[in-house]
Amino acid sequence: MAKSAQSRAAKSGGDSTPEEILTYYRDMLLIRRFEEKAGQLYGMGLIGGFCHLYIGQEAVVVGMQAAAEQGDTVITSYRDHGHMLACGMDAKGVMAELTGRRGGYSKGKGGSMHMFSREKGFYGGHGIVGSQVPLGTGLGFAHSYREDGKVTMCYLGDGAINQGQVYESFNMAALWKLPVVYVIENNKYAMGTSVQRSSAGTELYKRGVAYGIPGERVDGMDVMSVRKTGAAALAHAREGKGPFILEMMTYRYRGHSMSDPAKYRSKEEVAKMRQEHDPIDRLREYILSNKVADEAKLKDIDREIKDIVSAATEFAQQSPEPDPSELWTDVLLEA
Amino acid sequence: MSEITLVQAINRALTRAMRDDPTVVVLGEDVAKDGGVFRATEGLLAEFGEGRVIDTPLAEGAIAGLCVGLAAQGFRPVAEIQFTGFIYPIIDQMMNHASRIRTRTRGRLTCPMVLRSPCGGGIRAVEHHSESPEAIFAHMPGLRVVIPSSPARAYGLLLAAIHDPDPVVFLEPTRLYRAIKEEVPDDGASLPLDRAFVVREGSDLTLVTWGAMLKETMATGERLAAGGVSAEVIDLATLKPLDSETVLRSVAKTGRCVIIHEAPRTAGFGAEVAARIAEHGLLSLLAPIERVAGFDTVMPLLRLEQHYMPEEQRILAAARRVLAFR
Ligand SMILES: Cc1ncc(C[n+]2csc(CCOP(=O)(O)OP(=O)(O)O)c2C)c(N)n1
Ligand SMILES: [Mg+2]
Repeated sequence: MAKSAQSRAAKSGGDSTPEEILTYYRDMLLIRRFEEKAGQLYGMGLIGGFCHLYIGQEAVVVGMQAAAEQGDTVITSYRDHGHMLACGMDAKGVMAELTGRRGGYSKGKGGSMHMFSREKGFYGGHGIVGSQVPLGTGLGFAHSYREDGKVTMCYLGDGAINQGQVYESFNMAALWKLPVVYVIENNKYAMGTSVQRSSAGTELYKRGVAYGIPGERVDGMDVMSVRKTGAAALAHAREGKGPFILEMMTYRYRGHSMSDPAKYRSKEEVAKMRQEHDPIDRLREYILSNKVADEAKLKDIDREIKDIVSAATEFAQQSPEPDPSELWTDVLLEA
Repeated sequence: MSEITLVQAINRALTRAMRDDPTVVVLGEDVAKDGGVFRATEGLLAEFGEGRVIDTPLAEGAIAGLCVGLAAQGFRPVAEIQFTGFIYPIIDQMMNHASRIRTRTRGRLTCPMVLRSPCGGGIRAVEHHSESPEAIFAHMPGLRVVIPSSPARAYGLLLAAIHDPDPVVFLEPTRLYRAIKEEVPDDGASLPLDRAFVVREGSDLTLVTWGAMLKETMATGERLAAGGVSAEVIDLATLKPLDSETVLRSVAKTGRCVIIHEAPRTAGFGAEVAARIAEHGLLSLLAPIERVAGFDTVMPLLRLEQHYMPEEQRILAAARRVLAFR
């Protein structure tokens, strides 16, 4: 009882309960460990194609999901494993898709960048940079048309923000007051190109000003700030006031994809972010110093996560490969 | 002199073109500081500076449109699109502007731009990173479409594309980037952009292909030779304008033809080649033409990729059917 009342408080931007804080910790840790394992499996040649890890950015999607409501929808780019896990999709199905197995969310035919779950409100997983933005705007249009009170969280990168279709979408979303929160994950780089080198005007949260879309910059390495600002943005959209832009200042620790020349930033820069701003370490310290839980409890969580990731890894290696006949399915509905 | 890969040959041609002609500029996402996803533009920034080697923001449509504007002012822009899956917004600029500037201005303006992009599968990547959209571009009047299949041809054809006064879509088979090495003298000599290459001479059967499939097609030729069949292999290299003469001459000699491509079968460029033979060489045919192509589906993830790609066995089976036809 008390828990759900407080949970409602958290969604509207109030303080999180101890249980909720531990959930954030758990969810971020799950993404971190899952991604570390995915990186290993890639190294072993078990994952084909591309694999973009979310390590370092966990607080963004976990904070937003903490503020979201059941029935809200999510769409993002190819750096999507974290979003899927945060939406409640099964780690086994995600990992098995990475390894291209039948038990994966796309029957092993889509891979890292192309997974979907209608039940969990996750609409992909898109490999074309920026193209998810009009799609996300359309998801928001559907919420608006149905008047179902739900909001779409449309994630995009600091590189994607310079694609023209983003502004075509902003205009429509503002014109029709669509319930969409555009979440820019500013991890400072688009592949090897820094925001400074790609963008005229680096305050990306202001990119909606011409359309009257409010925007805010958020410390994306702090799950509590993300949740709080996220809740306010979602409330704005839910109340029919139209879209909102959040610029999450974050950082990816790993290379862009699994091959990365790493010539565009220094090792020191990466090390400094990891040491001083890590979202998981930061929440862990908060938990311990505010006595939200003790070391033993956090150890339990560690163990629980380890088990989930091991089970997912095992499943992803044991699930059978797709049958060759699958090559011809799901192209058009068979007559 | 040492042997180089196809991607090194591209780099060599770009370097040579930029040294020889100050109007050549290179632009695209991550082409300058990173030297491109496949390092095709490595070293260009250091030699030619930021003015001529430009990292662009993520905006494919504008990159292509910008090239049209630059070209209209007498520059020779060479744009890199990281993978052909990202080229689709550019179709607007290529179809509506690049390919029509000459016609629309009755020759007062031209568009000497080159659009480079790695294409094709076999690299264990799904969809966007493994596409073969050559037929889409070949359908546009006013464009040249070129696909090299060896380091030497990549060098000579890219130089020709850059020198050419009209827009060229230059598709580079990703799978071949580092697969073969050969000597490529940096002599600045370009190859003709309207000529197919007979890469293996034969008298019993004509195998027509382009790009990465040349590898499997040549292997099939060898295999047939072991069984006493003499196959002629043609690398089209330039799809548009198509050198049908070389194909027709070969078919007149062999009477039998198999066309091999990786792109989906329906309305693939193989259909155009088959139609040319039907129009102008029907009476020299001794057997129906066969096409060995990708399926009418999307390039799948790694575990099914091998079933998608037209491998040697499929080419060989088609060749045997065509040879057996009486
Ligand atoms: C239209 C398009 N152009 C280029 C690419 C290649 N590419 C993939 S990710 C990327 C950088 C995107 O950076 P950003 O939007 O900041 O997202 P991040 O990778 O940092 O999460 C590029 C250039 C692509 N996938 N789609
Ligand atoms: Mg980025």
